Amino acid sequence: MLFFGFLIIGGITPILDKYVPLSQLIMNEILVFAVLAMSLDILMGYTGLASLGHAAYFGVSSYACAIVMTKTSWVTSFAAYTWAQNNGLGIIFLLVIAIVVALFFAAFFGLLAIRATDVYFLMITLSLAMVVWGLAYRWSAVTEGDNGINVPGRPSLFGINLDDDYNFYFFTLAVFLICFSIMYLFVNSPFGKSLVGIRESEERMKMLGYNTWLHKYIAFIVAGIFSGIAGFLWTLFNLFVSPPDLELITSAEALFMVALGGPATLLGPFIGASIIKILQQFVSIYVERWPLILGAIYILTIMISRLYKVEGILGIFSKIRNSSKEMEK
Amino acid sequence: MFSAEKMIILTYSSFAYAALLFLLASGLSLIFGVMRIVNLAHAAFFLLSGYIALEFYNIIYGTVSLIPRLVQIVSWAVVYFLWKFMSQTISKGKSALILILIYIAAEIISLTLWGFPIYEKLFFVKIPVKAVDKLNIWMLIGALIFTITVISLAGFFVERVFLRTLGQDTIAQVLVTIGFAFILQDGSLYMWGGDNYFFNLPTMLSGSFTIQGLTFETFRLFLFIVALVVALALYFCIERTRLGAIMRATVDDPEMARGIGINTNIVSMSIFAIGTSLAAIGGVVGASFLGVYPGLDFEILPYAFAVVIIGGMGSLGGALVGSILVGLIENFATAFFPELNYFALFAPMAIILAVKPTGLFGKG
Repeated sequence: MLFFGFLIIGGITPILDKYVPLSQLIMNEILVFAVLAMSLDILMGYTGLASLGHAAYFGVSSYACAIVMTKTSWVTSFAAYTWAQNNGLGIIFLLVIAIVVALFFAAFFGLLAIRATDVYFLMITLSLAMVVWGLAYRWSAVTEGDNGINVPGRPSLFGINLDDDYNFYFFTLAVFLICFSIMYLFVNSPFGKSLVGIRESEERMKMLGYNTWLHKYIAFIVAGIFSGIAGFLWTLFNLFVSPPDLELITSAEALFMVALGGPATLLGPFIGASIIKILQQFVSIYVERWPLILGAIYILTIMISRLYKVEGILGIFSKIRNSSKEMEK
Repeated sequence: MFSAEKMIILTYSSFAYAALLFLLASGLSLIFGVMRIVNLAHAAFFLLSGYIALEFYNIIYGTVSLIPRLVQIVSWAVVYFLWKFMSQTISKGKSALILILIYIAAEIISLTLWGFPIYEKLFFVKIPVKAVDKLNIWMLIGALIFTITVISLAGFFVERVFLRTLGQDTIAQVLVTIGFAFILQDGSLYMWGGDNYFFNLPTMLSGSFTIQGLTFETFRLFLFIVALVVALALYFCIERTRLGAIMRATVDDPEMARGIGINTNIVSMSIFAIGTSLAAIGGVVGASFLGVYPGLDFEILPYAFAVVIIGGMGSLGGALVGSILVGLIENFATAFFPELNYFALFAPMAIILAVKPTGLFGKG
């Protein structure tokens, strides 16, 4: 159902673009960050592990793609890439790179982080992400440090030119829909349900015989992989990667998108991503100090949701639905 | 490359850096240990105190007037007292919301009618500060007192109004403190501009002394002494005084503490204020060492977290050991392979995380 909903929104946007300029580009950005937010939601909403370092996999994959595309001196990777490009598969090659890199980092970091709970998990994921950021910032030989990496253009997919923003939008939409479908199947599978069980009560799950550590670890890696896919999309969309992509700010934004839209759903992070990105576009036109406003929005939203005990925007809807059901009784 | 002299000098500057880190991390650790709050705005308070010190010096020098700042303080005070007054009848949350809505409406009016946002004149006033040439030790002490007062008031405000309501909800705490970090950081950028400010050290403390032919900077010794004094003061306060006992009681069992008659609210507020004051001390003293510039907080936050992760949350001894370790690693790594110095922090952190996730002396 949701799938068709997304399909419709995705389809309408190009039409909307004719009336409201740039809406296609904004939607493109929303889709990229929606994948990121949804991936975090798998970890945070469904498994109950809030991570402050999710942008690490996002950033690592984006950098990986950018590096493969630009560092011609790294002969082997570039040769492989060129071969792939010549066969129309350039972009798929990048996607594979992104997934592999994200998987590697998530697997490694997950080993270190999963043992912790709650606050410590938060801090550990934060620190690991900061280390990755530090690498991006300082290891100029590889990452160009503060300057970031400019990506010359998007490789084509089977001959379709993706440099055209219009075409690329549909590519992003396609990837988004595929990711969404996979994530949907994942969270509704028995494995996904067991993750929710772990969130509710890990002790109980352990007593039932589940290997909770392994479950959490797999969830961590899966979330990391999708985060990496988002990073791949981001590099191609933005054509530029830089250290802020990996910074605490990006991780916090992802966290906020999930919290704002409604954790433990897949639609919630999408809503959260949309709101944040749209606000970012419009507010920064009028006001210089966007981070300040963003901070105030964080605080406001959290205070409101705690005062009225709702879990994000979708939480408001479910509360209304629940209370009307109660009234019917 | 590995000369003994270089080692000694590196160790010396490591301890100075460790001192700074200790001032920053101890507050973080204290706030967490006592209140179980991960204060992500901690480094932002650090940064803010540097800027406040800068403004203090400017005011003393007369390059800047106190009046716009007074207007700002009065505006915030008015808002706070309005809120308190309203919360006597309406609930606190609702009165806060109403005030915010009024503010947004006023902003919209102001922007459309007069073309400038209210916050520029009332709440976040821009002050053109200049770099300061000569400092003396009394100005430094004055700045310390002034900044600590301001920052602890800010700390009281944040804890009372926002963090108190959130209780133990980790994600909410994280997002709210990050929100404050953004506001403080961007507010600082706005109020004082994006230039980097570096101070000249107070004349009494600048310069160096030589032992056995090796030169050591005096200021680093000063940093170390300050941190040592603070560490000892904290230790005695927490372990040996009645006040400390009250604090520890509130941590261990808030319900029982309330039962005995301890006002846990005031204790929490005070701890948060003390924690941020520690960051303030670090900020003022460290400003002479590191300078003040936007982005300083995000640069130093990972180190503060590394200290707390390695040393353990909630443990003063852990913060001490952690900051020394991190100081040493940072200095030596930067000396030998500067491009990977963040990475050099990673190894010990990873080891600690793999073996004991709560840190060396962590209180779990």
